[in-house]
Amino acid sequence: MRRRAVPAVLEARGLSRRFGGLVAVADMTFTLRPKLAHAVIGPNGAGKSTLIDLLSGALRPDEGTIHLNGEDVTALPDWRRARAGIGRSFQRANLFSTLTAYENVRLAAQSTTPGWRLIGAVCDDAGTWDLALSALEQTGLEAVAEHPAGSLSHGQRRLLEIAVVLAALPDVLLFDEPLAGLGPEETAPVVKLLRKLASTHTMLLVEHDMDVVFAIAGQVTVMVDGRMLESGTPDAIRASAAVRDAYLGHRS
Amino acid sequence: MGGFLAQILNGLQYGLLLFLISSGLTLIFGVMGVINLAHGSLFMIGAYLAYVVAGLTGQFWLALPAAVVGGLVFGAVLERGLFRKFRQREHLDQVLLTFALILLFEEARAALIDNQFHAVPVPPALDFSVPVIGGFAYSAYRLAVLAICLAVAGGMVAFVERTRIGASIRAAAENSEMVDLLGLDARLIHTLVFASGTALAMLAGALAAPLQSVYPGMGDGFLILSFIVVVIGGLGSIAGAFWAALLVGMIDTLGKVYLPEMAGIAVCGMMALVLLWRPSGLFSRG
Amino acid sequence: MTRLSTKGHRWLGLGAALLASMPLWAAPYYMQLASSALIAAMFALSLQLLTGGAGLVSLAHAGFFGLGAYTVYLLGGGSSVFVSVPAAMLLSGVAATAIGRLALRTRGFYFLMTTLAFGQMLFFLFHDTSLGGGADGVFIARPGLIWAVTKSARPTVFLLLNLATLSLMYFSLWKLMGTMFGQALAGIRVNEDRMRAMGHDVQGLKLAAFIVSGALAGLAGHMAALTDAFVSPELLGWHRSAEALLMILLGGLGALHGPILGAFALTLARELGQSITERQRLVEGVVILAAVLLLRRGLAGWRQ
Repeated sequence: MRRRAVPAVLEARGLSRRFGGLVAVADMTFTLRPKLAHAVIGPNGAGKSTLIDLLSGALRPDEGTIHLNGEDVTALPDWRRARAGIGRSFQRANLFSTLTAYENVRLAAQSTTPGWRLIGAVCDDAGTWDLALSALEQTGLEAVAEHPAGSLSHGQRRLLEIAVVLAALPDVLLFDEPLAGLGPEETAPVVKLLRKLASTHTMLLVEHDMDVVFAIAGQVTVMVDGRMLESGTPDAIRASAAVRDAYLGHRS
Repeated sequence: MGGFLAQILNGLQYGLLLFLISSGLTLIFGVMGVINLAHGSLFMIGAYLAYVVAGLTGQFWLALPAAVVGGLVFGAVLERGLFRKFRQREHLDQVLLTFALILLFEEARAALIDNQFHAVPVPPALDFSVPVIGGFAYSAYRLAVLAICLAVAGGMVAFVERTRIGASIRAAAENSEMVDLLGLDARLIHTLVFASGTALAMLAGALAAPLQSVYPGMGDGFLILSFIVVVIGGLGSIAGAFWAALLVGMIDTLGKVYLPEMAGIAVCGMMALVLLWRPSGLFSRG
Repeated sequence: MTRLSTKGHRWLGLGAALLASMPLWAAPYYMQLASSALIAAMFALSLQLLTGGAGLVSLAHAGFFGLGAYTVYLLGGGSSVFVSVPAAMLLSGVAATAIGRLALRTRGFYFLMTTLAFGQMLFFLFHDTSLGGGADGVFIARPGLIWAVTKSARPTVFLLLNLATLSLMYFSLWKLMGTMFGQALAGIRVNEDRMRAMGHDVQGLKLAAFIVSGALAGLAGHMAALTDAFVSPELLGWHRSAEALLMILLGGLGALHGPILGAFALTLARELGQSITERQRLVEGVVILAAVLLLRRGLAGWRQ
């Protein structure tokens, strides 16, 4: 009840998406509240990545609406939603591998520069430079700023993936399995970063690692077969018999 | 009135020839993911084959099986020897390699035959006019071309729609990874599609030879028109290629008669409208 | 796209100086040959903004080149370059806006096919109608300059004029590639989807590149019409677009100065080929095969 008073940063109502006869996401309704990490968990194929695609605008929903800071953004294409403040990362590293880490982040930072000003502007104008550097600092990548993204270690690439999202100063962070494919040592710095961001940003986190989810998230939603099975605090989810049966049970 | 009817029939027949060319093109795009600018040259080769066969044997009809068999063999060789390797290349490389093929095919044509226009006589057995309606008569050979094209188109649709191999070709045209999933030999499918596409283009060339004579660079105009057909119809769609080919053939033919200056522009204008309305083609599923 | 270092620019400058000194030592024939290589270089360089810059392979480009050339004819002989240059760039730019808006609705193969068809539409416009003086082409009486050029001075004057225009075009594009715009195009070439997810107006950026590149092709065509005092629909044919792509690949897809090297190499290869065989298509076909199969990084040595 207490949370109701805080206005939602992002609100999804009745989101649905089908592929042919297959229902990928069905009637998902939820809100993302400021400075709160909202984790979405569920078995493979539950529709978690499709949900992120729907929120970021990579896919159009068949039904439902998305509001960002009270404004309806359902009809906006992906790049307009990004400008409106929805930033997303990708499950598979999706970077500019021939460009340096700094150039990767700079591309994201300059996306806020409007249209024709791009032609006049030198690449490293002060504003872009600050944004890009701050994103590299937050992710601890200053030391490798001049290295091509393709030459970075897997863990560094995951961090750069996050830095690219941060550089555009989004209101909402959508993270699609930011720990995918990382070994135990590489996981630690990313988890530390996620924990820090969770306290300053609005975040939707799709992640398989339950320890990380329960450590970071303030709210957890369980998806099964494209539907919301349960949503609540981490403690409530841990205690839920339905979730245990449908999902957590399989894992142990 | 008779004249207009004749133009309608001409447009239909031109459209069906276009379909023979562009159906192969659209399947090669869809299934193999290769752009082949030299597809129009294959049409040219078929026409010159008809010219040579008719000249040597005096029997034009022999040119049709020669074009089909020759096309299947030639296409299989091209696919195995060249296009299989082009598949992994970037679009720019594919464009230039197939552009080089155009130049080399034209050069071979100049070296083997010459650079002149040549008329190919209509086969004597069909060199008469058939009364169609009332007093209106139409060339028997043109009617035969219509019938042959329709039969080939029907046979192809039946093959693609009814057979197991056809089903995997359709699946592959929508998603090239599907072939692997269906457990069929993707390489065999590729060779089959490319060889059939080549045979169809060469058959179209042979059929067209008596209608428009043979000349250097004759494939170029057909290349552009069949690209337009593929764009209008939707990549990899046989049905789309069929209706788009009829539409383009009709507009081009009627345009050349009634608005000769605007025919080429009108066809491109058609394509512009389709792009505005449905950027991925009239018959695409996307 | 990789931009040349200071050292590289010294080499380019040396080449330019060599060309500029030609009136002192070369026969008119070779100055004319150099002029046509310079024009080919301008044309390929204008396309490089699209192809090397944003990764777009367009076959409509000769259409814009030809429009620029026909502007000189349509304005009539004797008009000043101060009128004909902006007019040519404007006309080509407007055509590029219209065609780009439509063609950029598509991607990949579709983009190739639609640009080919729209390019041919421009070709038909001059080939089939009487707008441009007919299918066989026309001579331009007294092609406009600021002053009257005597016939004997033409090779020298146009060599220097073309060299200056190419240098200016190269320098402007070099600057442009260093701006945020150039960086954004590079991002689109590498990973278009990610650019969109970052919030870049990918369509708008591509269209802007398409228009700038079309207008510059118009400038190249304008210089061709002045230099040759002749225009024909062949200038707009799609084979010319393919040749420009060849020059880009030959010179180096990843280098801004690649098309210049490619244009000179192709002109040289043709000239040498002409002395050996009459089969021009054979020569060009072999050059393409060599460029695509053997010389993948281009003369400049850069592909990415």
